[in-house]
Amino acid sequence: MIPAQFDYHVPGTLEEAINLLAQDPDGTKVLAGGHSLIPAMKLRLAQPQRLIDIARLRALSYIREEGNMILIGATTTHYELESSDLLQNICPLLPDCARSIGDVQVRNKGTIGGSLAHCDPAGDWPAAAIALNADVVLAGPGGERTVNAEDFFVDLLTTALQPGEILREIRVAKPQGKFGHAYQKAPHPASGFAVVGIAANLTFNADGSCATASIGVTGVGNKAYRPTGAEAVLVGKKLDDQTIAGAAAKISDGVDVNSDLYASSDYRQHLAAVHAARAIKAAASRAS
Amino acid sequence: MATKYVGQRVKRTEDPRLIKGLAHYVDDIRLPDTLHVCFVRSIYPHARINSIDTSAALAAPGVVAVYTGKDIAGKLGPVPCASALPDLKVPDFRPLANDKVLFVGHPIAAVVATDRYVARDAVDLVMVDYEDLPAVVDVEEAAKGTTVIHENFGDNIAYKMSSGEGDVDAGLAAADHVIKQRTLHNRLAPIAMEPRGVLARYFPGEEELTVWSSTQIPHLLRTQLALMIGIPENKLRVITPEVGGGFGSKLNVYGEEALLGWISMQLGKPVKWIETRRENIQATIHGRGQVGYIEIGCKNDGTITGLRYNVFADLGAYHQLLTPAIPTLTGLMLSGAYKIPAIQINITACFTNKMATDAYRGAGRPEATYIVERAMDLVASELGVDTAEVRRRNFPAANEFPFHTATGLEYDSGNYEAALDKAQQIIGYAKLREEQKKARDEGRLIGIGVSTYVEICALGPSAAMPAGGWESATVRIEPTGKVTILTGASPHGQGQETSFAQIAADELGVDMNDITVIHGDTGVVQYGIGTFGSRATAVGGTAVLVAIQKLKEKAQKIAAHMLQADASRVSFEGGRYSLQAATAAAAGTSDPVVPVGEAPAGALPEPETNGRSSLTIQEIALAAHIAKEIPPDTEPGLSATYFYEPKNFTFPFGTHIAVVEVDRETGDIKFLRYVAVDDCGKVINPLLVDGQVHGGIVQSIGQALFEEVVYDEQGQLVTGTLMDYALPRASHIPNFELDRTETPSPVNPLGVKGVGEAGTIGATPAIVGAVVDALAPFGVKHLDMPIRPESVWKIINSSH
Repeated sequence: MIPAQFDYHVPGTLEEAINLLAQDPDGTKVLAGGHSLIPAMKLRLAQPQRLIDIARLRALSYIREEGNMILIGATTTHYELESSDLLQNICPLLPDCARSIGDVQVRNKGTIGGSLAHCDPAGDWPAAAIALNADVVLAGPGGERTVNAEDFFVDLLTTALQPGEILREIRVAKPQGKFGHAYQKAPHPASGFAVVGIAANLTFNADGSCATASIGVTGVGNKAYRPTGAEAVLVGKKLDDQTIAGAAAKISDGVDVNSDLYASSDYRQHLAAVHAARAIKAAASRAS
Repeated sequence: MATKYVGQRVKRTEDPRLIKGLAHYVDDIRLPDTLHVCFVRSIYPHARINSIDTSAALAAPGVVAVYTGKDIAGKLGPVPCASALPDLKVPDFRPLANDKVLFVGHPIAAVVATDRYVARDAVDLVMVDYEDLPAVVDVEEAAKGTTVIHENFGDNIAYKMSSGEGDVDAGLAAADHVIKQRTLHNRLAPIAMEPRGVLARYFPGEEELTVWSSTQIPHLLRTQLALMIGIPENKLRVITPEVGGGFGSKLNVYGEEALLGWISMQLGKPVKWIETRRENIQATIHGRGQVGYIEIGCKNDGTITGLRYNVFADLGAYHQLLTPAIPTLTGLMLSGAYKIPAIQINITACFTNKMATDAYRGAGRPEATYIVERAMDLVASELGVDTAEVRRRNFPAANEFPFHTATGLEYDSGNYEAALDKAQQIIGYAKLREEQKKARDEGRLIGIGVSTYVEICALGPSAAMPAGGWESATVRIEPTGKVTILTGASPHGQGQETSFAQIAADELGVDMNDITVIHGDTGVVQYGIGTFGSRATAVGGTAVLVAIQKLKEKAQKIAAHMLQADASRVSFEGGRYSLQAATAAAAGTSDPVVPVGEAPAGALPEPETNGRSSLTIQEIALAAHIAKEIPPDTEPGLSATYFYEPKNFTFPFGTHIAVVEVDRETGDIKFLRYVAVDDCGKVINPLLVDGQVHGGIVQSIGQALFEEVVYDEQGQLVTGTLMDYALPRASHIPNFELDRTETPSPVNPLGVKGVGEAGTIGATPAIVGAVVDALAPFGVKHLDMPIRPESVWKIINSSH
């Protein structure tokens, strides 16, 4: 509960942060809220020599529209996303996911960029990012690159971020046409993390059938993923109970399902199916 | 006594400083030149220590000293165990391990450094060479003794004990039905919001040691620390500043407390240790931890004929202060609220490679209540009778008190049916059962759980306690009329600064704001026992009351002297001593005149009594201090001390009813209603009582649905942080519908019983009963705690 010694830097600009990071990319961690990193440091599971605190870079905290895109700065807090009227109107999955995270204190300090970059297998944001087919913009000494969310989450606590890179922005295409969003979650009673979390982003044809289905699943495997088999069941169909159940049954196909004290893999797999059905149903009922 | 304050929902006078962050806990006390201590603790549940190399740690800049078991050998006594049971095996538990470690978190070395971070870093530099040994984790396995933890004992059984009255074999033989059930009572971590903390400062010139500790028992701690450290008790002062919760976990004497005092004496500087949450879960006592076998017999009409409970108690590796005593409290309360002619408990108390269990809110009684209440549910289910009705049929009637139980207790007073009636009425029991039936027909899983508990409080007569069961109070009226109360109780969240002031304000007829309640400083307060066992108001509050009555006897004499009348002619009301009417007329006096006059600088004003017919108690206090106008045979000053010895325990009771709905798909459990009708005797402050009940029910919800200290098969603690150990959160808690019945206790003049533990005792069986009832359509009769959604889902899933 008492971390090892570290140096602490508060850069004034992103450029300064990148320069600081370049000095010792392996011994440095970027701090962006600290609700995962600080506990890990207190338990000495993480012992970085330096922290670069970008949470105070207010220039990286924004939610705005640009053409057909929604741009979200990396240090935007969960609370800012939860309470954004703009997002509630144009992309309700983001506030829906945000309000399921931790508790009020966590949501006031924790950031979307920090959560995505930490890549906790039970984090909520990775599911939403995958369901929304989001891109993340990574800034490094050599400039910027954009990575799709599905490619960004590589493995347990491992992302496509290269040493020296900082996650700067999240980009989401504005949902078009008739669409419905929902995030459904079984929270762990102690940690609040997702035992399973299902983000559903569905679009519908004029006849009410499902046009596209994009689902993000967290908590179930070693990283968040897209259950393509389940999505395929939905596309082109009217979402009656039978169709939804058919999709839900495939939610963890091909995934090595996690097991812990609270939920065995059998139970977790079952919970994933139940919450998938609930998420799909909720998204369909909210479609407009 | 006029009751201007007693019985009112008076807001806690403690709260403003707590809410504003102005309270002082141990860690808020900062002394110059303080050194900081961190502990090297065992990472193994059971291992031999081949060697400890402290050289690298000692060489680290800022490290002042590193102490191991060898350094304290012969200098620091063992951690005390106050339980005296026949043939009890008491292992030698030193503050730092010697050649073996017996649980994860067992202290091995103390690192002392100039700051806490340096000390913590140096902990990692202490090299301990362990030889891993097989761990004894399961308590029933422990009883078999395949691996022996304390080799000198030959087995792992700390003691075996049987108790109870009546012929249980005959009772069970006479029964129409005998029901058996195995039950697990999950091990819990008390998790006080403020972890433990100690600051010790030795004054070499005065040869005095002051220890600030977050404890519930400052005086008992002082006595024990004096013995452990070998310092005269009158050279040791224990101060408990603000204490952020205890729940029994600070009703103890820990090795760290003695070590810190001793280290301060070695180094001549203040030393501080603040427990981390991880240490708190590893090495502060746990609670509960029983595996038991119930046998209950009943007639066809539901009459209970006998109860047997064979229990394996998981004591952990060593005894803390009261570790062995806790299962015996379970035995005492096995009669519950019922007439049971024959009861027997057979305890097999075992050592395991885990932290010691000890008193956690309820301390043995939640276990007993759970056993009896689960047994009543099983009887109801066996007979097909409503679970509340089975209970009702076995209650002693209100006129059968004092009621003797087959566990050897005399219940002081009670009206169990009244509490059950009230709870059933509030919840609309009959209608609720109809709704439940309808919901079941629709496929919904709704369950109703009932608990009609009795608990034992006001611990307790000294005859039944290891170190005295009385409590003390000093009440003093200062020359300026302000009232100071020194209580030997040690409130740490219960609110007795408020409730004791309410009692005193009414009894003295003064404003509550003129009263200060002081506690928790052995340098200031007369010897006391402390706060635990729901005793502070019933025993400590009574001590305050009787001390005031003593003080008033003296004040009455002084008043009579000043009013120039016989004491029998002076009456007291509303804070004022007055000549009775006839006497006043004869003396030709008039209404009171407030004394006004010029006094020489520095002199106290003197009360003007000439020609007056009455005096306030404050005026008498001033006169008593100036001592010019008091009767010749009277001591100056106005204070009284009383050590109150209770005649018996008290026995609060009540009915809790929980209504839950189980999610068929996920196994999630949701509360629909929660009604609690508690009877804790006379109520001093309903707001405080409600608060105690709320907190207790929350901890019960924790035990029933969420909390469990889990050691894996190798003895590793796997719920070592609050990310894994699930404490209930606000979002898990339903709205509580609280009410009361009020059956005064005849045991003390206040008529109070105690309420600190009622919630953790009464609520757990109601919650478990409700979940079991919800799953009755699946043939479920019992579930072990904590009832996690997965276990519920497995039942539902396996029925398909």
